[in-house]
Amino acid sequence: MMTRKKRRLYVVLLALLGLGTAAALTLSAFEENIVFFYSPSDLGARPPGDRSVRIGGLVAEGSITKQADGMTTVFQVTDMSATVPVRYTGILPDLFREGQGVVAEGRLGPDGVFVAREVLARHDENYMPPEVADALKRAGQFKPEVPGKPVYETSTTGDKVHATTTLKQ
Amino acid sequence: MGHATYALAMHRFANPARFLRLAAVVQPWAAGIAVIGFVAGLYWALVASPPDYQQGDTVRIMYIHVPAAWMSLFVYSSMAVAAAVALIWRHPLAEVYARAAAPLGAGFTLVCLATGSLWGEPMWGTWWVWDARLTSVLILFFLYLGYMALVDAFDDPTRGNRAGCILLLVGAVNVPIIKFSVDWWNTLHQPASVFRMGGPTIHADMLWPLLALAIAFKAYFAAVVITRMRAELLARKVQALRLAQASQAAE
Repeated sequence: MMTRKKRRLYVVLLALLGLGTAAALTLSAFEENIVFFYSPSDLGARPPGDRSVRIGGLVAEGSITKQADGMTTVFQVTDMSATVPVRYTGILPDLFREGQGVVAEGRLGPDGVFVAREVLARHDENYMPPEVADALKRAGQFKPEVPGKPVYETSTTGDKVHATTTLKQ
Repeated sequence: MGHATYALAMHRFANPARFLRLAAVVQPWAAGIAVIGFVAGLYWALVASPPDYQQGDTVRIMYIHVPAAWMSLFVYSSMAVAAAVALIWRHPLAEVYARAAAPLGAGFTLVCLATGSLWGEPMWGTWWVWDARLTSVLILFFLYLGYMALVDAFDDPTRGNRAGCILLLVGAVNVPIIKFSVDWWNTLHQPASVFRMGGPTIHADMLWPLLALAIAFKAYFAAVVITRMRAELLARKVQALRLAQASQAAE
């Protein structure tokens, strides 16, 4: 014989279980819409065409060049398996530098250059005093973390190389 | 047997008179820890701790933002547990707790959102983005406001409390979403630095002042929520006495 308290307990537990399952199914179905940015690999795996998208990755070392107009910056965003050249005209955030996480919103041009409308800096979860960072850098143990992960599975290595080469032209 | 002692313990805890006696002991301690924690923790965090290698002194916003964010999740989770206790076991103290904690939780969430925005502008280059972390915390803020509006929206307080408890339990789905949003989806917000697999990624010189302020926030919450619960219990007592007097006068 079930007491009323026990019955209420089971009703609450069942309702929470159902709600949790529904939420999990909904969120996993809408993953593509919930992610804030895609990885450079995703541009190769599923070209966005004329749609405006955000891409996130690290600013590749040695890739930043200022154009003659003084306002336009060209740099490369990499997730270590694919790299996209990005062109942006405007003021960059203070944290913007080589090896820094970055999120750029814009369109991929037919020439393979991503023309950004907005560039945001993204920092990783590591916090440390400057001396500690310097010591790590000297020891060669300082590795900036690549922001996020690819949304689409990149099928084969050959595919990735193809994506990189076409985008780099 | 085991169940009986458990039920007895729950009833003891839920006994308002017993709670008031316990609260009278705990409250001054919590208030004292909060004052000391805030003075020492703020000095430690804002003056004595090192700047960050990439964020410089702006990182000091973290010492307010992160404890407020932790409290926003802790308070909501505790209110959801109280809601389950209220719905299943009908303990009156559970509802009193949820009502007393709600404005505090909403306040912590607002502090978290405001400091996050102030931090995002200089570091990310934007006050706000609709990424999974920021959006789910904004939903948490609306859940608090919705709960506070709902419990007072009925003439019969029993019905208001019942509806509020159901809202709290439904909204509890949002708690793991907030916590894991930065792992499940690509977000502008960075992943967790303290409560994560593999230990904290924050240097000890910055972690300790952060934990000191986290204790101060928690002690502040305990002190204030106890005061609010006592006030609510006293108000109920006054109302019960008034009703008794009125019925006596009518006889």
